[in-house]
Amino acid sequence: MKRYYFDNAATTKMDNDVLEAMLPYFGDKYAVATSIFSYTPGLEARDAIEKARKVIADKINAKADEIIFTSGGTESNNTAVLGIARKNGEKKKHIITTEIEHISVSRALEDLKDEGFEIEKISPDSEGIINPEKLRKLIRDDTLMVIVQHANDEIGTLQDIGKIGKICSEKKVFLHVDACQSFTRIPIDVEKMHATSMSFSAHKIHGPKGVGALYLRKGTKIKKIMNGGFNEFDMRPGTENIAGIIGFAKAVQIAKDEDCKKMKELRDYMIERITKEIPHTKINGPLGNMRLCNNVNISFHYVEGESIVLRLDMKGICASTGSACFSRSLEMSPVMKAIGCDHELAHGSMRFTLSKFTTKEEIDYAVDNLKEIVADLRKISPLGK
Amino acid sequence: MSSPYSYKVIKHFQHPKNVGRIEKPDAKASEGSPLCGDMVTLYLKVDPKTHKITDIKFESYGCASNIATGSIITEMAKGKTIDDAKKITWQKASDELGGLPPVKTHCSVLAVDTLKSAIQDYEEKHGLAKPEDIALTEENVKRKLKHVIDPRNGKDILATGAVKAVSIESGIVSIELDMEKSHQFANNMKDEITEALENLTGIKEVEIKFLG
Repeated sequence: MKRYYFDNAATTKMDNDVLEAMLPYFGDKYAVATSIFSYTPGLEARDAIEKARKVIADKINAKADEIIFTSGGTESNNTAVLGIARKNGEKKKHIITTEIEHISVSRALEDLKDEGFEIEKISPDSEGIINPEKLRKLIRDDTLMVIVQHANDEIGTLQDIGKIGKICSEKKVFLHVDACQSFTRIPIDVEKMHATSMSFSAHKIHGPKGVGALYLRKGTKIKKIMNGGFNEFDMRPGTENIAGIIGFAKAVQIAKDEDCKKMKELRDYMIERITKEIPHTKINGPLGNMRLCNNVNISFHYVEGESIVLRLDMKGICASTGSACFSRSLEMSPVMKAIGCDHELAHGSMRFTLSKFTTKEEIDYAVDNLKEIVADLRKISPLGK
Repeated sequence: MSSPYSYKVIKHFQHPKNVGRIEKPDAKASEGSPLCGDMVTLYLKVDPKTHKITDIKFESYGCASNIATGSIITEMAKGKTIDDAKKITWQKASDELGGLPPVKTHCSVLAVDTLKSAIQDYEEKHGLAKPEDIALTEENVKRKLKHVIDPRNGKDILATGAVKAVSIESGIVSIELDMEKSHQFANNMKDEITEALENLTGIKEVEIKFLG
């Protein structure tokens, strides 16, 4: 069966060029740099990693030694959030975040709460946007750090990190930004954004799974969350995932602005078709430039999302829903709740996320089927009559 | 491939049997609410002499497990007498479907409960219920109110404490409800409560006093 993949916020298809770049590191190039005085194959491995580090750094206007390779977005978020707070939070116990963070941030913050930190969450507006001025007013003398996700994984809302960063730098508080969804899709400049730390993930951008990076501003001290060797500037122990790191850098190198432009057009085409051709819908998240280029999230009244997902799957279409029935916790999505979506709208919300491989034909196929499925499920629904 | 659903669940989900509504049904029941994520409405036509279910239809706002269970229990109940249909348990429905994922139990239990409630509605409307079960007592009123879901939180109005007081006087049931009179769900609540109590013997009127 031909598959039509619309879950690129979950993960993306690895690019063939990325695979090509990685293959030697599963074969002859298996050595690792155990020391800076290593043997030749070890030094070659070290060079390859440093080149990759420079690629990531250049992409975000950082210095190479500010990039720490990790196992992915979750580890980067945990390292920054826990690491910065535990090292620098002896006197300052107040942390500000939002209600729509990724679970790797929100659950790390629960740990910090147990450790005596005070966590304050800002609610977004109905489109998921955080007001920087609202944030400014919350910053106190004992505020240690601010944590904001650049682009939301569910509804695609973008935050004005430039403004938020400026406030944080004026007030001299740390700023951690989760940029796993936005990386390579929106220009990122850690200087202009005044970020202390930032998380990235390879598999969200056609790279391999199991590798990511943490940008950590020079001079920022953290407490390691794992113990071991002196790898990654003594910030992240464990043997480097060389193949993954090489693949990650390749994915960053081949990411093109035109891809995002194309996705944006297709995204708007999909939103327009769905909202025009299917009645009783509601778009979740903003339209236009405050929305991530590959995110479509729409609620369908009177029907339940898991049923839509299953029916789409029968047609080869892979998509996701905010319905509690679909989630591992059987709980309604906190993001939907934060933007004021009621239970019915959250249950009936569908997320389609595009990639550079998505075509107009695939979107037409998905929308044609979605139309039929929603109409079918509405026929058997007791609601909306 | 390790789908959490059996082949039979998927088949019933994809092509559910007995879907829709019956105009002028002999009995009807709804369970669940959009807030719980699942809601089922079930309609019955019953032969007044034999008490056999001649037609049965259901509507579902729910997930695959809910739709498939609605489909299988309506198949199982069709043609049976209401006494036999009452014996359809969740376990039997689940067995018939080749099992359901444990995490989805409540969605399918809901469908079975709706059948039970529809049969009860029939019995009460057609003089088949035990007189003590439909007598106009505070106990029976409260039992009925457990089936009314508060749209503000998805729980029944007794469990949430929204019902502050119940009193009965010469066929008039007065209920004090913790909800503003102008609340968007106020009318809906009034209708739901009135419908839930309609089969109680000698009930003349339901008065709702909205508090606040």
